[in-house]
Amino acid sequence: MAAEKRVVFKSPWLPYLLVAPQMVITLVFFFWPATQALYQSLLVEDAFGTSTQFVWFENFKTLFADEGYLSSMRVTLIFSGLVAVIGLSVSLLLAVMADRVLRGATVYKTLLIWPYAVAPAVAAILWLFLFNPTLGIVAHALDSMGLPWNHLLDANQALTLIVIAAVWKQISYNFLFFLAGLQSIPRSLIEAAAIDGAGPMRRFWTMVFPLLSPTTFFLLVVNIVYAFFDTFGIVDAATSGGPGRATEILVYKVYVDGFKGLDLGGSAAQSVVLMAIVIALTFIQFRYIERKVQY
Amino acid sequence: MSPHEEIAPIQPKSERRAGAALMTLGNVLPRSWRTRGGREGMVENRPVLSVLRHLILIVGIAIVMFPIYVTFVASSLTAEQVLESPMQLYPGGRLIENYLTVLTQGSGMGSSAPVGQMMINSLVTALIISCGKIAISILSAFAIVYFRFPMRMLFFWMIFVTLMLPVEVRILPTYKVVSDLGMVNTYAGLTVPLIASATATFLFRQFFLTIPDELVEAARIDGAGPMRFFWDVVVPLSRTNIAALFVILFIFGWNQYLWPLLITTDESMYTTVIGIKRMITGGDAATEWHLVMATAMLAMLPPALVVLLMQKWFVKGLVDTEK
Repeated sequence: MAAEKRVVFKSPWLPYLLVAPQMVITLVFFFWPATQALYQSLLVEDAFGTSTQFVWFENFKTLFADEGYLSSMRVTLIFSGLVAVIGLSVSLLLAVMADRVLRGATVYKTLLIWPYAVAPAVAAILWLFLFNPTLGIVAHALDSMGLPWNHLLDANQALTLIVIAAVWKQISYNFLFFLAGLQSIPRSLIEAAAIDGAGPMRRFWTMVFPLLSPTTFFLLVVNIVYAFFDTFGIVDAATSGGPGRATEILVYKVYVDGFKGLDLGGSAAQSVVLMAIVIALTFIQFRYIERKVQY
Repeated sequence: MSPHEEIAPIQPKSERRAGAALMTLGNVLPRSWRTRGGREGMVENRPVLSVLRHLILIVGIAIVMFPIYVTFVASSLTAEQVLESPMQLYPGGRLIENYLTVLTQGSGMGSSAPVGQMMINSLVTALIISCGKIAISILSAFAIVYFRFPMRMLFFWMIFVTLMLPVEVRILPTYKVVSDLGMVNTYAGLTVPLIASATATFLFRQFFLTIPDELVEAARIDGAGPMRFFWDVVVPLSRTNIAALFVILFIFGWNQYLWPLLITTDESMYTTVIGIKRMITGGDAATEWHLVMATAMLAMLPPALVVLLMQKWFVKGLVDTEK
């Protein structure tokens, strides 16, 4: 595929007019605010907002010395690790099963694609209802098995709740990509191994799983990005960062400190750290995953 | 073509992942649609294994569907029935009453806005976002592919960089811009800041590059200008891409949470997803769960319907882009 057209149109003004809407929105709502965040992260404003002072990297120093921020960082890492590992394992299991199914494959797929259409915040509400300590069905079942459930008090249970909701929401996506990966593995390879006497488990671990590794790696990055940035709705609706600050992931903390705490410099510094994380993840994706599409 | 060639460049946001899904799904759905029954071949086909496979899939799907089923059941019960512990697991008789109540009056607790209004707000928001993104992206991709002009690459990279600036990392300053422009509690405020789309622009660009140059030459010979070419050739050829993008972007727009949470302080501007959250803020005693669950069903319905109703177009778009 060519990266450039051989034949093009000529007009001194039309192309500018065509890109103008996208550029105006990009400049006003993306670049200007991002610049503001960068600039504010270097300022300190007094309590009344009357004077500001340029402090270089003082906000960042404060941030990384703040136990609350470091703990939020830890929670985010644990949360995204769990979401990625559990989500990928479950989806891979289902995809491997669906790949070899003869009857009802379409029905299974259609039913598994469903959660993709559900909003993260709504997904959180559904699971919140099941795990509600007083009236939730699952909480009730756990109680009767001798496992008292109260995510409003127990930090680990609260984390479990948001991990379940986040994984549930992401299963469809992982499942579809794994299925695509599985179906792209040449049949002849699997058949050759089968003829050589390799059983299903052996075939999976020595052939299928290694051949799937590009898909797995791609999904791993996507799931980490998802857990970092797209789970705000889940956290806000399910736990609001509680109990205490046990489920306060980084994107939730930016919001709480900025909008509720009104700590402009600190919140801006957090934004800048998040930006750095996005840039790093984007770089990983471009460097290691996508080489075919030309930019 | 291997599916990995099709995997989208970059995915750090749901919309972006969605774009990737589009590009890669081309290899997922159609092939599996077609190969039903063709996958066994020479590999052993033990009935025990086959039963096990179905069993695992059925258990998996049961777990995935369970929350939705319970939500549906709860939305058909009375307030008292929901509070019984454990709640019954078969539908009750209050289905229509509950839905009518939320649609016209909302939940009396927490937020009193009728969900009917919220559904309209969500619909308008999702439509403006999806159509807006498609419109401005197809125009900028057209300019970047079919013209040579100074600063072309600068524009291209500026669009690219927006991938690295999800709303979560610039919320305060973006909110400030929107409030300075007086766009709080307006549809414009809810949608315009989300309309720039690098993913859609790249998708269109990739597709335009595959349109044969002969078509441009033919158009020129016929004396057609660029906009004529755009409307008569580019847009019709992009139909399936547009339809497939629409499905994904509609879901993206409908499911927005953080941004409407900041921008809508007036109940009459709440979207459905925000409305549900506001209904449960009062704590257990003050939450009318049967109504919250009815609202949750309503919030899930339109994106699910769009996927369902547009499935054919969606799959066709994916088949066509499979190349």
